[in-house]
Order: sequence, then structure tokens, then C-alpha cells
Amino acid sequence: MIIEQLITSFISTAAFGIIFNAQKDSLIKCGIVGMSGWFIYVVMTNFGVDAVPASLAGSFVVALISQTFARLYKTPIIIFNVAGIIPLVPGGLAYDAMRNFVENDYNLAISLAVKAGLISGAIALGLVFSEVINQLIRKAKLPPKVYKRSRL
Amino acid sequence: MTIQQEYTYDVMEVCLLAGKIMLESGAETYRVEDTMMRMAQAFGAKESHSYVTPTGIIFSIESEQPTKTKLFRITNRTTDLHKVTLVNSISRKITSNELTMVEAYHALKEIEKSGVEYSVKLQVLAAAIASGCFLIMFQGTWVDFLPAVIAGGTGLVAFILAQSLVPIKFFAEFVASLIIALLSLFFVTVGWGFELDKIIIGSVMPLVPGLVLTNAVRDLMAGHLVSGLSKGAEALLTAFAIGSGVAVVLTFL
Repeated sequence: MIIEQLITSFISTAAFGIIFNAQKDSLIKCGIVGMSGWFIYVVMTNFGVDAVPASLAGSFVVALISQTFARLYKTPIIIFNVAGIIPLVPGGLAYDAMRNFVENDYNLAISLAVKAGLISGAIALGLVFSEVINQLIRKAKLPPKVYKRSRL
Repeated sequence: MTIQQEYTYDVMEVCLLAGKIMLESGAETYRVEDTMMRMAQAFGAKESHSYVTPTGIIFSIESEQPTKTKLFRITNRTTDLHKVTLVNSISRKITSNELTMVEAYHALKEIEKSGVEYSVKLQVLAAAIASGCFLIMFQGTWVDFLPAVIAGGTGLVAFILAQSLVPIKFFAEFVASLIIALLSLFFVTVGWGFELDKIIIGSVMPLVPGLVLTNAVRDLMAGHLVSGLSKGAEALLTAFAIGSGVAVVLTFL
């Protein structure tokens, strides 16, 4: 059920905002960021896309919305994207890998661990992509900085 | 000491205080460096250099006199995004000349003293509910919702207690995930829960090093290789601690 997924991802991301001590008025925004990222991920995996590109798209959306919120409310971006990517973190895969290591099935364990590593890399790449786009936009918009005369 | 010299020292004091609060609250390294240099620039420093690692800050300001440099050691790091926001808004006000240096110093001292935004009880409750929600997100069934909530909440309590007993973060994470796995196994054997794997995955999610991992990547991309690598190592160790806590239960029971 997609609605069930949306609600639970919203609540869990907002709850992570509480664990990370984000301000009260930013909790709902955190929830929206996390929900959007998870929505993209779930829809893509339901259409048969592999988890790696789905995570990439999810974290890209998370970073994009976080940047918009950060600029809108003049707060550091870290508040939104840290909680937002939590649902995408491959905790389940890492657990499965660990379990197979313990059960001496090293072949399966290593392939699961590599997959978890790839997904982590994809999340990071999604964040970086949107960062680059953000900086390109900013460079195109802003005139060169004028520094104040020094006093020292 | 000349007035100018004193002024330089005061500027350094304010910048370092801001940097210290941000770093202790879990801000990214590049943000700390950026904030400190912007503040110094707004106070009129010609040139300033800051070198920030997760465990210390080195900051120097160039002036007519010999360059002044100060070192600040950071020992404890927590996550408090509220403080990062507050310091960030103060640095914004300084750069737009809304705050004088003395006002900024007092405001920063106030932030440093202030407590956390949410009580421990509320944080444990949040972790518990988040665990249940993660179970549903990972295609679990609603039957297992309550066991995951209880295991996740108890896990965070165990983490906080273990960290206050032994100040080694990895040991605390190990103990917390061990207790989560034990509790989940108990629920499944008694018959209150059904899918052991899903309950454990959902419950350990509040311990997962998501913040450290994101910061590590962002620092690496910003060119702060030392901080990026050391934070990456921290994230890896945390993941390893969580994994081995669960593994112990799966192997011996």
C-alpha cells in the first residue's frame, strides 16, 4: 500500500528529526523531505527498477527539496537532508549481509555487502549531483562578491 | 597590548566559540570553516585561515603584527541540529552587520549553555515510533509493529545507559544492538512477533550512522579529505558495532 508507506516514512523521518534535536517547526519539513525521497524510491522499485538507481533518484530528490527548504527558511541544509536520507540507508541489506556472514555463507554475504555499499554510494552521489546543480544555479545568478575593506 | 592586538584576539575568541559549538553539535567540517572565516571577514580581518578536523580546530588571523593562531580541542561530539541553526543565524546577522562583536559573543555563550531541544523521554519515544514505522516501510506486517516499537525504544535506552557507564561509543552501540536482537528473539519465541529479521532491522535503524555518513561524503566532496575519511571510519565502525551485536545473538542462540 503506497499510502501506508507515505505515512510511515513521514512519521519516521520526523521522529529522526527529534532524535537529531532539530527545531520543532522544522520537523514537518523533515517529514516531507523524507516522504518524497521514499516515495520516489518505492515507486521506482515497484516498477522493477533496481535498488541502486532508485536510491540515487530518491536521494537526489531529497537533496533537491532540502536545498529549496534551506534557501526558503534560511537554515543549514543539514537539518533536512540528514533526516531525509535515513529511509534510503540500506539497513536491511547490511543486516542480511551480516546474517549470512554469521551463517558462513560468504558468497551470498559478500554480494549483499557489495550491494549495500553500492546503494550507499548511490545515495552519496545523489546528494552530490544536486549540490553541483545548486552551485551552478547560484553561480549563474549571483554577481561576483564584493568584499568589505579590512579594518585590521 | 595595543588596542588593535586586543581586537584581533577578541575576533578570534568569538570565531572559535562559534566553531566549537557547531563542531560539537555535529555540523559538517566545511560549514564550520566557512562560518568562522565569514565571521572573521565581517569583523574586518584581512585574511584568516581555519583548519577543522572532527577532533580539533586551528584558527589564525593575519594582521599587521605577527600572525595569531589558536588551537581548540574538541572532545565530545553530539548531534544537536538546533544549535547548528542558531549559530548559523548569528553568523548571518554578523555578516549583514546586525550584531556587534560583544552582542554576538554573549549570544553564542547563551547558545553554548542552553540544553537540548527535546527531553530524553521524548527522544526514546521518537526512536520507538520510528522503529515501528521502519518495520512497515521494509514490508513488515502490522502484527510485528508493537514488538518493533518496544525493541527500538529499549535499544535507545540501552544505548544512552551504556554510554553513561562506559564512555566508548562503539561499545554502547554494540550493547544496544545486542539487547535489541535478544528482545526481538524473545518476542518471536514467545509468539508475539513473527518475522525476526524485519523486527531487528526496524529496531536498529535509530542507531544507524546516517548523519555521520552524509557528513563524511559532503566533507570529502568539499575537499576536506582528513575529516571526510575520519568520519567515514567512524560510520564504518558504528555499522560494524551494530552488526556484531546482532551477529552474537544470531550465532549463539
